[in-house]
Amino acid sequence: MKIAVCIKQVPATTEVKFDPETNTLVREGVDSQINPFDLYALEEAVRTKERLQADGEESSVTVVCMGPPQAQDALREAVALGADETILLSDRAFGGADTWATSYTLGLGLKKIEPDIVFCGMQAIDGDTGQVGPGIATHIDYAQATYVAKIESLDKKKITVKRLVENGYEVCSVKLPIVITVVKEINEPRTPSLRGKMNAKKAQITTWGAADLEAPVEKLGLSGSPTQVAKVFSPPHREGGEKSEGEPDELAEKLFGLLKELEIV
Amino acid sequence: MAIRVSEDKCNGCGLCVKSCPQAAITVDKGHAIIDVDLCSYCGSCVSACRFKAIAIEIEKQAQEDLGQYKGVWVYGEQFRGEIAPVVKELIGVGRQLADDRGCELSVVILGNNLDAAAADLAAYPVDKVLLYEAPELASYDGERYSRVLADIVRSGKPEIMLAGATTQGRSFMSQVAIKAYTGLTADCTGLSIGKDDGLLYQTRPAYGGNVMATILCPYTRPQMATVRHKVFPMSPKRLDGKTAEIVRLDVKPKLMTSRSEILDFIDLCESTVNIVDADIIVSGGRGIGDPANFAMIEELAKALGGAVGASRAAVDAGWIPYCHQVGQTGKTVCPKLYIACGISGAVQHQAGMSSSDIIIAINKDPDAPIFQIANFGFVGDCLEIVPMLTKRIKALRGVAV
Repeated sequence: MKIAVCIKQVPATTEVKFDPETNTLVREGVDSQINPFDLYALEEAVRTKERLQADGEESSVTVVCMGPPQAQDALREAVALGADETILLSDRAFGGADTWATSYTLGLGLKKIEPDIVFCGMQAIDGDTGQVGPGIATHIDYAQATYVAKIESLDKKKITVKRLVENGYEVCSVKLPIVITVVKEINEPRTPSLRGKMNAKKAQITTWGAADLEAPVEKLGLSGSPTQVAKVFSPPHREGGEKSEGEPDELAEKLFGLLKELEIV
Repeated sequence: MAIRVSEDKCNGCGLCVKSCPQAAITVDKGHAIIDVDLCSYCGSCVSACRFKAIAIEIEKQAQEDLGQYKGVWVYGEQFRGEIAPVVKELIGVGRQLADDRGCELSVVILGNNLDAAAADLAAYPVDKVLLYEAPELASYDGERYSRVLADIVRSGKPEIMLAGATTQGRSFMSQVAIKAYTGLTADCTGLSIGKDDGLLYQTRPAYGGNVMATILCPYTRPQMATVRHKVFPMSPKRLDGKTAEIVRLDVKPKLMTSRSEILDFIDLCESTVNIVDADIIVSGGRGIGDPANFAMIEELAKALGGAVGASRAAVDAGWIPYCHQVGQTGKTVCPKLYIACGISGAVQHQAGMSSSDIIIAINKDPDAPIFQIANFGFVGDCLEIVPMLTKRIKALRGVAV
């Protein structure tokens, strides 16, 4: 069984700050990392592969990443964590892609690989949209299951998953091939082994550009993106208010008074 | 597509260098130079430049006559026939947008046996309730739902389509947008109509809430957005006692195939669980010290009629299930009141709750970062303060203590 994982290289977003005085993003010293949710996707892919191999079935994990050349680092890290093959989708023409064009491009790459299962994180922490996973499934006409918290069973034709939704968990059985997006609850990602790290150093990373994907340029990158960013600005600044200290009973009484004042109680 | 720096206007001040999240800009000989291999065309530098020296040019035009798209549609998400609370919020903002555009507001509902839900919606200030009923649509199925909605969007041609940023809305609106080849902006917290261009200005947080971005969808229709819970007030019902027209749409059986089958649904229907819809959230973190102490948080939440949240630390320690987690890798919430108990307030946690109306923090550590964003801080042990507070509230309400 062929398994693919889509990962994104993101800045450590909590360190990206907006400076309202200069109206600029402050990103000094901000490192890049694999999007945290994608680590759960990768781990689930590797675990699935290992389970299949233990049952005597052939299986491999291919990790696909769209990004600039330096996104290679993310793919090497993926090898350290158990990926067998890595493919970087990189081309000037891919730049500025919104979720439509990103899922289209990733879809073209995946079509060449023809995986049975594609794992994605539920969203990326920079864009926070959660739209790319379902977008890929739609572009390449795969079935899909989003917000998956557990794989219940898997055979050659279908997979049964438990999805985390607003009011509870939905258990559904879906035909392969499928795109699955995962939530954090699904597993605990491993740390790279020494052997994994050595594999990562030696790993050959395949790069595919627009020509390799035989992609129409008008559907790629900024040109293929229906949405445009009109403005970037700082969120309303939040200031800490009054801080009360004292004995617990005084504080509880004060807090009670505050809730009354706020008409909460 | 291209990004250009005007040599006449650029004075090499370097503001754009700081603004670039990709580190794609350098200043050389008094001019900004953009490395297009690194550039993600995010527009940060365009916004940052005080001299209007940077421009992103797109050679793109509408492929069809956009004037034929009219009206604002709201997706009326329902679960077992109950309309999701966020839908009433969407009706409020949708009405405003429709009035600004001088067009109709419709709510679309998909499912089965939805007469009561349709009647409920018809009492709100909408012009039409579009009802699409089929037995196959009784439970949400992304494949069927997206196929049906894409089909009725194609024939109905709305100019704007809004849905709640729920797990359902975020998954299946993306499918609809792909099928319709149009733009979708996720998790909007601001929506308005541009005075000059009539476009939908969609504002949303990015980078974990550290940055806001306004997104446009200029060349394709509908302009689609998912909208965060609790950002817009719920629409009141119509005052004139009139009701909206309920239009039953023709069902196309060929759209009903699916590769997915629902086997079971495990309810987590306790009121303290659904944090995104809650007006009040009481959250516990590592400072709670012990899983058993979460009962105390739950007591307070119940006394206030709120839900229970948790920090990542508490979830990772196995003290409380993941569905309660607030923050970057959990849920984003914006309740009227957020009470953080024993939560230090790391930026990752703040990303999920900093847009709450009022934040109250209780923490032993006077230097905890949570106090930097809390409207009201209480420096003390939540294990002592919370039970006293709960007791006080219960006494007020006449509940036996």
